[in-house]
Amino acid sequence: MESVSIGKSVSELHELLVHKDISSIELTKAYIDRIQTVDPSLQAYLTVLEDEALALAAKVDQKVAQGETLKPLEGIPMALKDNMCTEGIRTSCASKMLENFVPPYNATVTNRLRTAGTILLGKLNMDEFAMGSSTENSYFAKTRNPWNLECVPGGSSGGSAVAVAGDEAAFTLGSDTGGSIRQPAAFCGVVGMKPTYGAVSRLGLIAFASSLDQIGPFTKTVRDNALVMNAIAGYDSLDSTSVPYETPDYTKFLVNDIKGLKIGIPREYFGEGIDPDVAKGIQAGIQTLIDLGAEVAECSLPHTEYAIPAYYLIATAEASSNLARYDGVRYGYRADSNDVLGMFKKTRAEGFGQEVKRRIMLGTYALSSGYYDAYYLKAQKVRTLIKQDFEKAFEKFDVLLSPTAPTPAFKFGEKSADPLAMYLSDITTVPINLAGIPAISIPAGFVNGLPIGMQLMGKAFGEGSLYRVAYTFEQNTNYHTLKPNLSREVLTCGSR
Amino acid sequence: MSISREDVEYVAALARLELTEQETQEYTEQLNSILGYAAMLEKLDTNEVVPTAHAVPLHNVLREDQVASSINHEKALRNAPDGEEGFFRVPRISLT
Repeated sequence: MESVSIGKSVSELHELLVHKDISSIELTKAYIDRIQTVDPSLQAYLTVLEDEALALAAKVDQKVAQGETLKPLEGIPMALKDNMCTEGIRTSCASKMLENFVPPYNATVTNRLRTAGTILLGKLNMDEFAMGSSTENSYFAKTRNPWNLECVPGGSSGGSAVAVAGDEAAFTLGSDTGGSIRQPAAFCGVVGMKPTYGAVSRLGLIAFASSLDQIGPFTKTVRDNALVMNAIAGYDSLDSTSVPYETPDYTKFLVNDIKGLKIGIPREYFGEGIDPDVAKGIQAGIQTLIDLGAEVAECSLPHTEYAIPAYYLIATAEASSNLARYDGVRYGYRADSNDVLGMFKKTRAEGFGQEVKRRIMLGTYALSSGYYDAYYLKAQKVRTLIKQDFEKAFEKFDVLLSPTAPTPAFKFGEKSADPLAMYLSDITTVPINLAGIPAISIPAGFVNGLPIGMQLMGKAFGEGSLYRVAYTFEQNTNYHTLKPNLSREVLTCGSR
Repeated sequence: MSISREDVEYVAALARLELTEQETQEYTEQLNSILGYAAMLEKLDTNEVVPTAHAVPLHNVLREDQVASSINHEKALRNAPDGEEGFFRVPRISLT
């Protein structure tokens, strides 16, 4: 049975549930059916929780039967990237190292979404330890782009983007250290928000680079995104980097009006390496915003070209330190050896994949005695310059706008042989993480049948302005309503 | 600044990674290529710049000490590859 309910937005599903047009169990079953139909080809899921999901849905239906009011996300089927801890449910980080790891506690986002009444359908594929831009670094599966099964979905939150684009969940969460929410959202034609650093708790998010990591939602619409942010954002005393800040109701920013809003276009984000067709598509989007009354002007973020080296030194340094904990003693994979040092070395050699080891090597080198000042400290100083670029730009502008990624989705294997080429494709996303500011990617057109994303960047804790521009753009375009063709013919062809 | 094979072997020892011959060769090449690219940072004069460790700096994140429940022993040890009587068991700790 292919239900007509799947494919609808969270707010539409909420109406159906409230008016008893569909039960939560029926809705959950429809998503499970959909996963069983399309996921053998798309491979977004690493774990599907059919029985658990149906049990949760039954409770929601009980509440409806008793006449209780449903919260906005109550009864809505969703899924989490597999680096967010779920008590009693395997959380693998798509790594052999954590193949059998079952967390003894929940991430704060897991708890908050549970409290909000959502139905957890399962855990989603990703690049191992969130290191990658294509999800090709997963130890378990190759996730495919629903718009072209020969293309990557982007990464590292590839499974989270595909599950929403392929109607395998009403919404999902991903994490973004250097673009890992926004770039896959752009590649798969969905909405993806990386909130301000410190806006969403990182407790229970398996750490990659602690000063850059941030959790955020993937959704079909901007309204859905704001609804999910309402549920997950806010101070958490258990995360020492959580910012004490009164979270607004993000839906109040959803107005179809941007008259007089000042939007800056950083010229460095349209330079070398940006596919001309992508630039053209984004220019058309800018024109739409001008027609809607926005005041648009060019600006400059002069240190942009230094962001990639600064990012890859800082992120790998933090990763090499964070991943030191995987030693085969307390949890995770362990290799056999006669002595403890040999056990550490073999465990890490066998438990980690190539990209993770490469980054641990780079980060260890950048932190090692004699090189610390030249690499790690230098990168932290350049981070200050990049942050100041944004601060200066935001003196004049409310929001900055760019392509989310330099190209549409690329083919499998196209960049995996050359790590530096893969790193360079992150040029439009990593500066945002270094500055700690929020940014959202929204569907903005197609190039050769593949979606492209428009990135909107805001001041720290300025998610509201991003939602306002994104919502206005969405209400005046139809890109978010288009769906990939996942007919039986396409799926069989793709899984060959 | 170029990275030698010996540098790679030294860093691998620091990172507790046993590398194969092929990995040692590949990482030597790739670290040279990546750090060669990173050398562009030297162009920037940063003598007067204060480093940023966190984008949203917070200071003295402290609170009153409170008694609360925590994960029990059995649960905390459940994921251990090897354990006994509430301890993690590891192979012989050798000094050689």
